[in-house]
Amino acid sequence: MYARLTSALAFACLISGAALAADTKVTDPQIAHIAYTAGVIDIEAAKQALKISKDKEVISFANDMLRDHEAVNQQALDLVKKLKVTPEDNDTSRALTKAATEEREELAKLSGADFDKAYVANEVAYHKQVNGALETLLIPSAKNAELKDLLETGLKLFQGHQQHAEHVAAMMK
Amino acid sequence: MQTLSLGALCGLALILAVPPAQAETIRITIDKLVFSPVEISAAVGDVIEWQNNDVMAHTATAKGDFDVVIPPKKTATLTVGKAGTFDYYCRFHPNMKARLQVRQ
Repeated sequence: MYARLTSALAFACLISGAALAADTKVTDPQIAHIAYTAGVIDIEAAKQALKISKDKEVISFANDMLRDHEAVNQQALDLVKKLKVTPEDNDTSRALTKAATEEREELAKLSGADFDKAYVANEVAYHKQVNGALETLLIPSAKNAELKDLLETGLKLFQGHQQHAEHVAAMMK
Repeated sequence: MQTLSLGALCGLALILAVPPAQAETIRITIDKLVFSPVEISAAVGDVIEWQNNDVMAHTATAKGDFDVVIPPKKTATLTVGKAGTFDYYCRFHPNMKARLQVRQ
C-alpha cells in the first residue's frame, strides 16, 4: 500500500510539473528517458507476475504487457539512435523507478489470488497515471515531431492496456 | 435504332452473365492502434485482409463470431461467412474499435 502511494505520489509530482511547465522544462532527452523507464517498469512488473501468478488470465495479460512494452521500447531505442539523442536520467525517472521497486517488493510478499488482484489493480492505476503524465506533460513538452508522434502512439497503447487491465480486474470479481 | 437496342441487349446479357457473387478482397490497415477504414461494407464470401503496420500484435475480434490475430508487420485474413453488422475490437487494446457490415 505504501509503495502504491509513493508510486502515485511520484506521478502526482510529475503531473503537477505540467502546471509549472514554464519553470520546469522537460527536455527531449529527459522525456525519452522517462518514457523508456515507464516501459521498463511495466516489463519488470509483468516478469514478476509471470513468476508468481498461476491464473490463466493474469498470465496472458502479463505476456501481452511484456510483448508490447518490449516492442515499443525497442522502437524508442531505434528512434533516439536515429535522432542521435542520448536519453538523460532525471529526477522523474529516478522517482518512478524507486516507487516501482517498492511496489514490486510489496507484491513479492503476496501469492495466489491476493497477488493477482494487487498486480492487476496496480496495472490499472499505473497505466492511468502514465496516461495522465503523457497527456499533460510529456506530449506537450516534446519538441521533436517524431518523438511526439511516438509518445502519442504510446498514449493510445497505454490507454488500451488500461482498458485491458480493467477488463481483467472486472473478471476477477 | 434497331442496331442500337440490339447492342444494348447484348450488353445487358453480358452483365447478367457475370457471376453475381464475385468475391472481393477488402483491405484494412492498422496504423498506430487505429483500424482504417474504421467502417467497411462487404458481402458474404468476401475476404477481409488486415495489414498491421504496428510493432505490436493486434486482433480483430467480434465475440462469438470471429477472432483473428494479426502479428506485427504482417497481414491476416478472414473470409466473411454470414451477413450482419459486426462491431469488432482488439483484445489486446480494447480501445481499438471498428465495424464490419456484411450483406448477403
